[in-house]
Amino acid sequence: MNSTPDNAIVCKDVGKIWAQGTDRAHEALVSLDLEVKAGEFVVLLGPSGCGKSTLLYLCAGLESVTAGEINAFGKPVREPAPERSLIFQESSLFPWLTVSQNVTFGLSLGSANAEERRAVAEDVLSKVGLLAAMDKRPDELSGGMRQRVAVARALAMKPKVLLMDEPFAALDVQTRAKMQDFLLDVWRTSNASVLFVTHHIDEAIALADRVVVFTSRPGTVKEIVPIDLPRPRDQFSTEAMQLRMQLTELLSSEVERAFAEQEAIL
Amino acid sequence: MQQSAAESGSVESGAGVPVSRFPGSERIKKLLPGIGWTFLSVGLFTLIWEFAWFMGWADPKLLPPPHVFMGDLPSQAKNFNTAQRWQIGTGTSDAPSPGMAVLITIFSSTYRVMLGLLCAAVVSIATGIAIRYWSLFGKLTLPTITLLAPVSPIAWLPVAIFLFGIGDAPAIFMVFIALFFTMTLATITQIDSVNVNYLNVARTMGASKLQTYTRVVLPAILPGLLVVLRLNLFGAWMVVLIAEATGVGYGLGQVIMLARNTFNPGLVFFTIVLIGITGFLFDYALRLLQSKILYWVPKGQGSLG
Repeated sequence: MNSTPDNAIVCKDVGKIWAQGTDRAHEALVSLDLEVKAGEFVVLLGPSGCGKSTLLYLCAGLESVTAGEINAFGKPVREPAPERSLIFQESSLFPWLTVSQNVTFGLSLGSANAEERRAVAEDVLSKVGLLAAMDKRPDELSGGMRQRVAVARALAMKPKVLLMDEPFAALDVQTRAKMQDFLLDVWRTSNASVLFVTHHIDEAIALADRVVVFTSRPGTVKEIVPIDLPRPRDQFSTEAMQLRMQLTELLSSEVERAFAEQEAIL
Repeated sequence: MQQSAAESGSVESGAGVPVSRFPGSERIKKLLPGIGWTFLSVGLFTLIWEFAWFMGWADPKLLPPPHVFMGDLPSQAKNFNTAQRWQIGTGTSDAPSPGMAVLITIFSSTYRVMLGLLCAAVVSIATGIAIRYWSLFGKLTLPTITLLAPVSPIAWLPVAIFLFGIGDAPAIFMVFIALFFTMTLATITQIDSVNVNYLNVARTMGASKLQTYTRVVLPAILPGLLVVLRLNLFGAWMVVLIAEATGVGYGLGQVIMLARNTFNPGLVFFTIVLIGITGFLFDYALRLLQSKILYWVPKGQGSLG
């Protein structure tokens, strides 16, 4: 399993134990293998607390593995990098900055001058359809708009991989559907790979090239389900219904197992 | 923006009445209920006191009612003597008028409070940030700071006199030392509670440690720090009176000490009123400052009202 250039992220036998060496130590991930190809849209699906977000933080380089190795474009992941942007469940925009200042925060850390920053801000904000909101503050925007700004901020760094940690979980159903379409547009034009965490089966079916189903804790890959449906996808097509049943089946046994374990502890 | 939203709301409810002909009047209208309740609250308190006096429950020699100690301002003002007769070349008749003397007294106490508060804020915020920025510095200093934090400012009083003698310096030092430890600890608490996502974003974007602190941590802790500063303003006022009671020439604490030594409860209460009003005004000023600096914090959040 050598990492070839067309693999964006390769996880080899990855394990993560939180608070290792203390009495609060617990295993989040165990012997996990996963490849994300360049330009691929992969959804991580699993019950709550199964370690799928942990995997995202490891891929981002914000946490380090306790076993195995993660490679991004052939190089081991040691620390965070702008090419691997993480987008959080809640808006993580800086409330003291305007939208355009937020979007160009990463550029302003370097040597980019005001004109370059403005050009990039206009470019990425028009990609997410928020050019008009450029000089507003985050608290003047709706939840969905804020997440679009967060995506724009990631795009400003020209990422090769977008890591998304349940980014639409806090949004209402209608906004969520719109945001999924929006994300697919952004993904198509940016050529970046997307690694997207969710516990929503419908969301996985709407978005993914491949759905990676996690086991309950400690998490590892239970099954990988490819979704070969053309986009935009009809949620109510026979194929989508079948996939929904298949994924529900896969998930429910894990959820039951997780519940049984929790009850055993009590 | 919230203001504009509120204004557009009042356009609808105001049935087409032009709103911003007098831009200030809207704000005054919003302030009015607050002012009304303040007067009502103070009035009620005064009334209970007066009633107790009227019924003969409160001995006027010990607890003179407000109309007694606030009734004769000129004679109260005569107790405020800021003439520096001990200075060579100053005649006994050179003293400022009693009214001026009251103002000078208030000003000198305020000056000590403000200078002490400013020094304490600057030094303790810098120390708190340094403790989290350089972990070695933190390990070396934090235990000592935590040990000294619960020490009462009164314990520092002799130290202040040993080090600075009498005058402004020991009073300012007292304010500083009373606030420094707790404000340092408060700064550290603020830093530790910065939204971890903000820090993760900064790390992902490639921010250096210095950039993370100046561009993310500092603005993120600023709202909390201003609340801490406001709370400590009251602490500073409490401490400065203790310091002034020991001999700093003149000040509100010195007047209270004089009232105690001459058995003048009316003067005590009069001075308490002066302190209350001054402290209230400064708190109000800090609140205005807060809303100017923290343009991004929604009203009623992180501002204690």
